[in-house]
Amino acid sequence: MTSTKELLTLHVNGEALTVAAEPHHTLLEVLREELGLTGTKHGCELGECGACTVLVDGAPVLSCLTLPVLMGDAEVTTVEGLGSGERLHPLQTAFAEEGAAQCGYCTPGMLMAAKALLDGTPRPTREQIATAISGNLCRCTGYTAIYEAIEKAALRT
Amino acid sequence: MLRLPRFRVLSPRTYGEAAKLLDEHGAAELDRSRGTPTLRVMLVAGGTDLFPNMKRRQFAPEILVSLTHVRNAAGVQENGELVISAGTTLTALAQDPRVRERYTALAEAAEVVSTPQLRNMGTVGGNICLDTRCNWYDQSLFWRTAEGYCMKTNPEVVCRVATSSPRCLAVASADTVPALMVLGATVHFEDARGARDVRLAEFYREDGMSPSTLRSDEVLTDVTIPREDGWRSTYVKLRDRGSFDFPIAAVAAAVRWDGRAVADARVAITALASRPILIDAARAALIGTRLEDEAIAAAAEAVHKTARPMDNTSGTISQRKRASRVLTERALRSLRPA
Repeated sequence: MTSTKELLTLHVNGEALTVAAEPHHTLLEVLREELGLTGTKHGCELGECGACTVLVDGAPVLSCLTLPVLMGDAEVTTVEGLGSGERLHPLQTAFAEEGAAQCGYCTPGMLMAAKALLDGTPRPTREQIATAISGNLCRCTGYTAIYEAIEKAALRT
Repeated sequence: MLRLPRFRVLSPRTYGEAAKLLDEHGAAELDRSRGTPTLRVMLVAGGTDLFPNMKRRQFAPEILVSLTHVRNAAGVQENGELVISAGTTLTALAQDPRVRERYTALAEAAEVVSTPQLRNMGTVGGNICLDTRCNWYDQSLFWRTAEGYCMKTNPEVVCRVATSSPRCLAVASADTVPALMVLGATVHFEDARGARDVRLAEFYREDGMSPSTLRSDEVLTDVTIPREDGWRSTYVKLRDRGSFDFPIAAVAAAVRWDGRAVADARVAITALASRPILIDAARAALIGTRLEDEAIAAAAEAVHKTARPMDNTSGTISQRKRASRVLTERALRSLRPA
């Protein structure tokens, strides 16, 4: 099939990146397949799991249902943009310490949802944490370790 | 990867331009005789309902007219009445202090739609235009092809939920709609020739294939709610999990108190038929009462009689039918004076 790619400039993790992408490809596809940012995971791809969560202008959204051609100058943050160089974000450290990542597949999405929470609510209650990650499924941890990791990170930031 | 079918995206800056694009690309010439037809051009706002459907190939339009960059498409204003632009996200609606305080049912409904991520993306206009849902419809193309399709996509096939049904029984599932109904909302549309207004309570029809009077060449622009002082309202929803899920039974209720008596009341349900329903008999059972247990029981009985859940979503028919009564009782009890 002939390519109908368009040149787009996306603002990802603080960088303006120009990429040739099909207009019907989602942000998830462009991040993973065109930009090589495979930290963002594809789960259900229908908006039912939260694995592909990224931040757009600071708010958690699903990259599997977002069209890059409509994003304009919006700033995208993926899990690759969470830490700084080799230094992990406090959330990443806390997730590792608390065993909040087991198989790890939901972890990038969880981290992004948790980052959006802590950016707006630096000392969240357990209920606020539960609400913030209520769009992210985890089939390993039972969530308790994730709550504890987010609480731990909140105390360190 | 579960990929979207190929399409082109057009991105108008006004609702008028969007309506013109729909017209130019033949949206009005849609062939409704084939049920859910092969639509050449479709509107998209948040995309949270349309894109999953497109990935499952329920729709494969050649052109998408996006409302993302329409100016002033989002926001809530008060000028005598509450004017909600159709592109307002469900998150914005749920967080708006005016909505929370005076149009409580709407804030409560917006707050329990799906997940935080989808509420950040999905719009109130999209929720009003939400496609009906069914276990036989919301499946991949692979699954539906193997099963031989259903009436909603292929009218020559029987309804798989009730094979003798003359119509598609897919279920209405939008949380905000019953809330907007009990608040007396009106919806406003534009097409290439002009504008029209419809009372939301009269917008829907009992047909899972074509569940509203929305025409494929018009754009939902705003929702207005009259300022009605003295009303209290609430929305209660039953779903499998505390997040993600569509309602399997839900009730919105609003009551206006005049002293210690109910001067007016409205009760609406969703997920219990192919359309959301404002139930007049429940209103009649409540006016003039003090929301005593007997009055609430009579209203709940009217709701129970109206609810017609089918075996097409989660939960059982009897559970959802029973829930219609229980949720009505809970909603109305919560509206008693403190």
